[in-house]
Amino acid sequence: MATLNESANDALTRRGFLKTAAATSGGLVIAFYLPGCSKSEEKARTAGAPKIVESNAWLRIGTDNSITILCDRSEMGQGVYTALPTLIAEELDIAPEKIKVEFAPPGAAYVNSLLGAQVTGGSTSVRDAWDKLRMAGAEARTRLVQAAAKEWSVPASAISLVDGHVMFTSRRLPFGDLAEAAAALPKPENIELKPANKCRFIGKAQKRLDTPSKVDGSAQYGIDVRLPEMLYAAIALPPELGASVKSYKADKAQTMPGVKQIVQTSSGVAVVADSWWQARQARDALEVEWAPGANAKLNNAAIYAGLKSASKGKGKDVRKDGDADAAMKSGTRRVEATYELPMLAHATLEPQNCTAEFKDGNCHLYVPTQVQQLAQAAGAQASGLPPEKVFVHTTFLGGGFGRRLDVDFIPAAVECAKAVNKPVKLLWTREDDTTHDVYRPPAVNSAQAAFGSDGKMSAIKFHLVAPSITARWAPAVVKDIVDPFAVEAVHNLPYEVPNVYVDYLQHEIGINVGYWRSVSHALNCYTVESFIDECAVSANIDPLEFRRSLLNEQPRWLAVLNAAAGKARWGQQAQGISQGVALMSGYDTYLAQVADISMEGNKLKIHRIVCVVDCGRIVNPDIAMAQAEGSIVFGLTAALFGEINIANGRVQEQNFDSYRMLRMNEVPKIDVYFLESDEKPGGMGEPAVALVAPAVCNAIYAATKKRLRSLPIEKHGITI
Amino acid sequence: MIKLTLNGQAKDIDVADDTPLLWVLRDTLGLTGTKYGCGMALCGACTVHVDGQPTRACVTPVSTVAGKSVTSIEGLSSDRGHPVQRAWIEMEVPQCGYCQSGQIMAAAALLSKNPNPSDADIDSAMAGNICRCGTYPRIRKAIHRAAELSKSGG
Repeated sequence: MATLNESANDALTRRGFLKTAAATSGGLVIAFYLPGCSKSEEKARTAGAPKIVESNAWLRIGTDNSITILCDRSEMGQGVYTALPTLIAEELDIAPEKIKVEFAPPGAAYVNSLLGAQVTGGSTSVRDAWDKLRMAGAEARTRLVQAAAKEWSVPASAISLVDGHVMFTSRRLPFGDLAEAAAALPKPENIELKPANKCRFIGKAQKRLDTPSKVDGSAQYGIDVRLPEMLYAAIALPPELGASVKSYKADKAQTMPGVKQIVQTSSGVAVVADSWWQARQARDALEVEWAPGANAKLNNAAIYAGLKSASKGKGKDVRKDGDADAAMKSGTRRVEATYELPMLAHATLEPQNCTAEFKDGNCHLYVPTQVQQLAQAAGAQASGLPPEKVFVHTTFLGGGFGRRLDVDFIPAAVECAKAVNKPVKLLWTREDDTTHDVYRPPAVNSAQAAFGSDGKMSAIKFHLVAPSITARWAPAVVKDIVDPFAVEAVHNLPYEVPNVYVDYLQHEIGINVGYWRSVSHALNCYTVESFIDECAVSANIDPLEFRRSLLNEQPRWLAVLNAAAGKARWGQQAQGISQGVALMSGYDTYLAQVADISMEGNKLKIHRIVCVVDCGRIVNPDIAMAQAEGSIVFGLTAALFGEINIANGRVQEQNFDSYRMLRMNEVPKIDVYFLESDEKPGGMGEPAVALVAPAVCNAIYAATKKRLRSLPIEKHGITI
Repeated sequence: MIKLTLNGQAKDIDVADDTPLLWVLRDTLGLTGTKYGCGMALCGACTVHVDGQPTRACVTPVSTVAGKSVTSIEGLSSDRGHPVQRAWIEMEVPQCGYCQSGQIMAAAALLSKNPNPSDADIDSAMAGNICRCGTYPRIRKAIHRAAELSKSGG
């Protein structure tokens, strides 16, 4: 397992966060590069590659008028490869499809100011980029205009940008001719962003820039990297999480066709061969004796017993409005419930992989990663090189969902490449991937509410018990504070109850937990929205009306709830259909979902899921829509089937037969609606995942009067 | 030496008989559009056509396709012009895109047998292909659209 060196960890500390926040708060980190002058006639004489002017950290304008935008977030399906360049292209008045997009290397300018490191996660990409990249584009535009104004001796206000050219009346110069002069100008004083009503691309129908390469097989994922003389590796990982290699025999494996070398790595024993299939077959022939670790007796029963036992204790305060305990005592009616959430695997369809190459004293990593800085740090540690000699080349990601925020698969690739002195592509099998994930934290969350003699809810309490991801991933960040990624979707409880108390008790379970799409929103939205439903039932009020009555001062929450009720025709459903609702805000986005279901005995049929979203201004409406649709499928897969079981420290689920995914024939009708909004953009990669389980379970309650207080649904004898 | 036709070209392949076609395509021939997802014919990411039939390349020993015609995503069209590819672009189906070569090959095989598939036909033909990003609703729409495009002259 990779541990991170000091500098990488420092980048993730609060100090690092503040440093980077300070560095980026001025708007831009401009890295000018000014190689001599290049008059157009000189350029015409000079054969060879065009000069490239780095207008800023994201924008490169070539003297051949090529325009390249560096995408500093990883494309894992969520659309950053299109959305982020669109922000710059809009300000430059150039169609996004005319731009070349490349993935950015690790770099200070690319730090995500919402997360303090170069990270693609937390549905932050557009939120972080919204002002930053538009400003970068607007600054570049201002400079180009000023350079042209100087060249032509005309007022800047009379100059316009059209299709990669700067224009004044009939005069026209391509960006490339002005890029160097523009870069040489002092920083413009007044940089103005385009107003919304002038936007040609933001908020408009725009094709994804990566779609063509994803329909003809040419898109390059990590697994597709091919380098000259490259070898392939498969690895025997300890079947028990946390075990280590005691000894191994490779007598048979060594003699198998194509096998080049057996390499003991920091994570297991790898076979390096001419092809991956040969490596994998030889891996299966290895005889490894494993030294058991601390988890040798770990199983789910023990994990949940530990969480429940810990639950008797008190956690750290997350929210305290009024005096919930006093109100609880004086209440005339109380509601209590405890909810259990399972561990889940990410199951990216592209299994974890990394290609490593040592060349000219440097180490190159070709890797589908969500965290370039940590990939670099892991490469540095495994290679013994300083981080600046480790180059991270980000490929397309065949799914991310938070899995690739961990870099545990990188060191072994580096160690193999170092051992054989050739490029090596290390690829995990599906089974390796399922059994060596960093799982979504399990949780035991309890809730209490009290109603006063006036019939109104007087107090609500949530007591959250789960391991902390951030305590492992960036320990310095949560040294003195509650892990913010453990208390989402409950710390911001919108319901107007006079006395609210929320606490979080961190309880570790012995294995690594990881950020899983929507992170604690999924755990806590299930808890809150199931419990609010129970309270409505207790109060004998329609669950939707009950929520409405507690949202008088919460216009954005109320708007999505009302819209969802309208779109789903709440209360007017056909005979035999039952409805359930869930409401949440996360990542600056507000959502409501309504599930329409019917039950035939224990057979569940989900007819339709309606989702209404207010995510502020939208850069690319179709991508936002696709994220909501996909998130609902993702959330439904987890709600229905998702559970990781551990026995004797070994994950029992292996492949898609034992860790089920929703399939084409099982997907209900999904209707997503967006509310128009002028607010700043909210995140769309994750939030819709979290509402599915409570909406469906609340509908199941409406149909059966059976409250499901644990997931997955299938575990309750309900099938689809 | 195993002889087969790949994307219209004759190939002589020198690998062990039991090597799955998937790894011959990817590692031996460098055609990486066909993906590995599960290795057990559970996810469909490796779907190719063998004599026109949708086939899971991850569990197909290369020797069993000797003398046959194999089409991978790279051979479906030279210009993304196959109606399924055109419909996929029009409907913006892919997200991460990793499963889409397999989805497209499965959909193309369905349409070649059944030019006008119903939703139930789509369910049964496509249930073997997992999309972790959840693009299923768009895949369904795109298959219907591809059927229309094929009828209007492809």
